[in-house]
Amino acid sequence: MKKDIILAGVGGQGILTIATIIGTAALIEGLQLKQAEVHGMSQRGGDVHSNLRISSNHIASDLIPEGKADLIISVEPMESLRYINMLNKKEGWLVTSMNPFVNIPNYPPIEDVLSTIWNVPRNVTIDAEKVAKEQGSIKAANIVALGAASPYMGLKYESLEVAIRTVFAKKGDDMINLNLKALAAGKNYAIKRT
Amino acid sequence: MQKLLLLGDEAIAQGAIDAGISGVYAYPGTPSTEITEYIQASKDAKERNIRSSWSANEKTAMESAIGMSYAGKKSLVCMKHVGLNVAADAFINSAITGANGGLVVLSADDPSMHSSQNEQDSRFYGKFSMIPIMEPSNQQEAYDMTRYAFDLSERFGTPVLIRVTTRLAHSRAGVECKEILDQNEINLPKNPKQFILLPSIARKQYNILLSKQPEFEADALNSGYNTYIDGTDKSIGIIACGLAYNYLMENYHDNEINFPVLKVGQYPIPKQLVNNLYESVDEILVLEDGYPIIEELLRGILNKGKKIRGRMDGSIPAAGELNPNIVASALHLNIESGHLTPDIVQGRPPSLCEGCSHTDTFTALNEAMLDYSPGRVFSDIGCYTLSALAPLESINSCVDMGASITMAIGAADAGLIPSVAAIGDSTFTHSGMTGLLDAVNTKSPITVVINDNSTTGMTGGQDSSALGKVEDICKGVGVEEEHIRIIKPLRRFHEENLRIIKEELEYKGVSVIIAKRECIQTLGRRMKLKSLQNREADTAKK
Repeated sequence: MKKDIILAGVGGQGILTIATIIGTAALIEGLQLKQAEVHGMSQRGGDVHSNLRISSNHIASDLIPEGKADLIISVEPMESLRYINMLNKKEGWLVTSMNPFVNIPNYPPIEDVLSTIWNVPRNVTIDAEKVAKEQGSIKAANIVALGAASPYMGLKYESLEVAIRTVFAKKGDDMINLNLKALAAGKNYAIKRT
Repeated sequence: MQKLLLLGDEAIAQGAIDAGISGVYAYPGTPSTEITEYIQASKDAKERNIRSSWSANEKTAMESAIGMSYAGKKSLVCMKHVGLNVAADAFINSAITGANGGLVVLSADDPSMHSSQNEQDSRFYGKFSMIPIMEPSNQQEAYDMTRYAFDLSERFGTPVLIRVTTRLAHSRAGVECKEILDQNEINLPKNPKQFILLPSIARKQYNILLSKQPEFEADALNSGYNTYIDGTDKSIGIIACGLAYNYLMENYHDNEINFPVLKVGQYPIPKQLVNNLYESVDEILVLEDGYPIIEELLRGILNKGKKIRGRMDGSIPAAGELNPNIVASALHLNIESGHLTPDIVQGRPPSLCEGCSHTDTFTALNEAMLDYSPGRVFSDIGCYTLSALAPLESINSCVDMGASITMAIGAADAGLIPSVAAIGDSTFTHSGMTGLLDAVNTKSPITVVINDNSTTGMTGGQDSSALGKVEDICKGVGVEEEHIRIIKPLRRFHEENLRIIKEELEYKGVSVIIAKRECIQTLGRRMKLKSLQNREADTAKK
């Protein structure tokens, strides 16, 4: 088993939380893991991404080679396209939230962004904020996106649930349940759609 | 033992704790910050009373660590690559004094300049000062080598440099830890003059350092951190330093590489291993994440030997960090291409946070500067450097820590009056105070805006050495009290703040405007923590 995942978004959107959950789930399954994160300057509202590699065998590089990622999970639509060069053209999946984060004056028309995404073979777009709101809080939008990507991750869904319980343990049961619901809602949407 | 999922930085921190350090000294700097933060939060470190508060700058950190080593205990110093420039005086001389208790210096380089002003390679500093260097290729090695570096330091009585780069510092993987070693007791140097670098003693000490060089090389041959892996295809031999080894192996499934490889993790590189490789292959490819330090040594000035490939002949781009595909193309391997990035993707540069005090300060400053010709605002290193970008576009320089005040002095001397310096509170106590003293002593017609947000913001909100002290420091340095003005950067005080800035710009001497309002990020975190504590207290009552 080997999955190379690119996580993308804007600083502060919670992509490191997604990375931690996937990483924890991978450890639960006894897999090897390397996760390159972005810290520092870019976290101030700039584009951020993380390279997450999980495998049953030894992993050499912390960085995924171009054109070899199995999956892009993005919490922002334009950001999902920034690393499209990393995606495997033959098999890779692109899963992204449809909700734009507009903090630059030249943000392109959202229709154009979405139609570009819909032209990528094997894509899932989800209104993660709406789905998260239905589950109780817009703050869980990142976990909705994670749920929507869960069928393509090569990990057991139960492992992700255990990981959410672990990662949010300190924040109390309400927070755990919200995120479990968000994860499930994201997954159900992706399964129905494809 | 249980595996921990650690950043490279955290693996170094845990390695140092387990090696028995008594203290870590550091100034925050990406990508090195998480080492000290990890030790500050570590239960092991707390139980063992390991000192870990932030230092005012990298030089004070380095010197304190030398002091701890003098007293016989083990100490770690951490900084980003450019921080080693600040610490260089102490660092270079620590090689001459040698170490007593284990002394390990960690420098985190930033090739590709993700969060930096240059991509200097700290290995040059290690070579320059003639001390051993460790360069881990993965998180486990980061842990193991840190432990080993302390051992090496005490065995040879020398400081040891560990060099990492951003990718390792900020990448997570499973790390297996070993038992925690005891801290040292106080034990002063056997030679009471070892640390007195008077010329007559320094000459002796320098000769001692020179005499240790063969031992350093012998250790690098035998430690197991430099390994020669033979291969059947002798058309190319590869030297892979640190992280570059991973990018190389990424291109070969199941480690099946046919070329001989010299994996380098400890310097000085043993000549014997390099010679073995050189004699058996047709040409050599050098893979280094950073400057071509080994490549240049191998080529020499005349480059008349076998073909040496790397950054200097264009096999690898001269600038920027390595990755698997750069290595693949240097080896003429097939590269998978991905989709083309669509034109619709726009750049999204970092920006000041919503509600940041700097925005209000620079909005007022911009308006005040309209009375003068443009190009007069010298800035410094911190979040407020982002005011260089649209929409504010307030500043005209950012060179190094503290350079705002001193560049303003020089520009004013050249006739650009008034000149303005914009600096943060933490940067001010790092390297701005001495510049302000220069300004006071020469009565420079400059206005210094100190953006006091009570934290070291850019690196994530570490304690600032300046906390609650900025005004007193300015007074102490000799700035006239009536020209130390405190403003609160909020939109509703804009008119008043504008008036104060204008008044001080007109003053033909040193004036300081302290724009004081807490960082919105640390404020938010404090509030969150408070409400969490209140909630816990409520639950406890029930």
